[in-house]
Amino acid sequence: MFKSNLNNAPLEGEVRVLSGCAVSAIIDRSGKTMTGENIIRSIATMHDRSNGLGGGFAGYGIYPDYKDYYAFHLFYNDFQSRKETEDFLNKHFEIVYSSEMKTRKIKSITNVPIIYRYFLYPLSKKLNNSLMDEEQYVVKCVNRINAEIDGAFVFSSGKNMGIFKGVGYPEDIGKFYLLDEEYRGYAWTAHGRYPTNTPGWWGGAHPFGLLDYSVVHNGEISSYDANRRYIEMFGYKCSLQTDTEVITYIIDYLIRVKKLTLQEIAKVISASFWSTIEEKSEEEKREETFLRKAFPSLLINGPFSIIFGFKGGIMALNDRLKLRSMVCAEKGDLAYISSEECGIRVIEPDLDKIFAPAGGQPVIYTLREDE
Amino acid sequence: MVINIDENMNFQMLNKRIRDAVDKETVLNGCIGQRYIGTGVSDKKIVINGTPGNALGAYLNGGEIYVYANAQDATGDTMNSGTIVIHGNAGDATGYAMRGGKIYVHGNTGYRAGIHMKAYMEYKPVIVIGGRAGSFLGEYQAGGIIVVLGQNDDGLPIINNFCGTGMHGGKIYLRCKSLPHRIPSQVRAEKLCGNKDAELIGIIDDYCKYFDDMNADHLLDADYFVLTPNSENPYKRMYTDN
Repeated sequence: MFKSNLNNAPLEGEVRVLSGCAVSAIIDRSGKTMTGENIIRSIATMHDRSNGLGGGFAGYGIYPDYKDYYAFHLFYNDFQSRKETEDFLNKHFEIVYSSEMKTRKIKSITNVPIIYRYFLYPLSKKLNNSLMDEEQYVVKCVNRINAEIDGAFVFSSGKNMGIFKGVGYPEDIGKFYLLDEEYRGYAWTAHGRYPTNTPGWWGGAHPFGLLDYSVVHNGEISSYDANRRYIEMFGYKCSLQTDTEVITYIIDYLIRVKKLTLQEIAKVISASFWSTIEEKSEEEKREETFLRKAFPSLLINGPFSIIFGFKGGIMALNDRLKLRSMVCAEKGDLAYISSEECGIRVIEPDLDKIFAPAGGQPVIYTLREDE
Repeated sequence: MVINIDENMNFQMLNKRIRDAVDKETVLNGCIGQRYIGTGVSDKKIVINGTPGNALGAYLNGGEIYVYANAQDATGDTMNSGTIVIHGNAGDATGYAMRGGKIYVHGNTGYRAGIHMKAYMEYKPVIVIGGRAGSFLGEYQAGGIIVVLGQNDDGLPIINNFCGTGMHGGKIYLRCKSLPHRIPSQVRAEKLCGNKDAELIGIIDDYCKYFDDMNADHLLDADYFVLTPNSENPYKRMYTDN
């Protein structure tokens, strides 16, 4: 956990700053990979939606040589926190490769923490003794590092995917991590941040991730505390007071633990009004009523547009009142999601299809099955 | 004057060049997300090729803006007078708090078109949507006229949920045989069969002048619903009993 900071700047949760965001994503449904260049151009076109206090990306399919290992990305404040974390990792995992992350010097990116990457696998004896399944084990270890080790923060923990984020404008963060040169993925998501309630620090930038899941979010949810209190009952620890963190845990819980489909998740977190449900067919009425009643505390209220990244796909979802903008488009195998149409047109002016999904209507793009 | 722009053109610089232009007509090529184009300008003609950014023609005070693509959100926000013609779709909150002038959209519009629209004496704003509109069309409408023509080919209903919620002035015309959604109780819906009022005929005639593929006779030869505030059942809060 980042209890202390490099320059003693206040952390998430310590200060409330009242002040929009931009989100964007691309997926090649044929599974072909692309560098981060286009996603950087897409999010850069919406530069004015963010204020330089946070930017980030998630890339899927970027570590094919290590695809069977968990890729941990960590921020450290100092070498002490690194040593402490590596001792912990060595005790719980087999580390097959570790190195400081390669970055490029960018003038506007300052106060850079120490950034490390590890490819690792749970030690089988430890895993067996834990009586947990592998994913639970990894989640538990991530939570422990983030909650217990001062100055260390795991910001990416999935397989064959990675999150790259920091404080700065997203286009600068993308170049800082050399996403335009060093990585190729079949899907990318991006975020430009305009922090609403918290000061903005490296760990607090989006995407938020847990295992292969990542969330980028534009909005400000008013149900944060109700959602947090509920999700914390299941062992999640919301340490950052940012609403994106709680959304990430809600989706992880509904998918991994409760085994809901993405369509069902949309009906939980962005449930229709009772008056709207009333007008639907008997079957839909039954399903939506059940989901609203089963998970009332996981309804997310207030404006949001999110892009959820997962192994093999991306999902776009708006709040039920559609208080934030979101546009989806398709061109051959490529599919796009963006806060603004310009974020798509800038990389593909000639589209097959472009549309704005309704509030609460999930748009899901996945790799084609025959690949 | 022609201004060629790309993704690296900052919106402030672009808007300064438009405002400072001596020519009455400015053509923007390659527009890609630049915000606030034509904000507050009077008596200019701006032709946009490409995708203009949010708040196109906000506070517009006369003149004309033509867009040969889709527009994004908040087109004509609080505009006072003038004409905005969109040859594609328009995003959310089109004509938000509009006070005068006209916005003609060839395609669809998103959520919250014409919300908080108002009218005063000779100022009577008009929005015409060729396709369909999203939820909350004319929410809190206090004046002016919204017309939705339902010429969309995507099979979706002409309006979505909560049309006219909190409406207390103005009119909404919907070109359809039956209402696809429940109308809030504070709104009265009346079917116009055959006889169209002169106001609607005038608006449709004018709209069709801007789009070659729209035919006024065809558009008028159909059933319309007209939505007006129901004075017997004034606005009740929707957010409490959801």
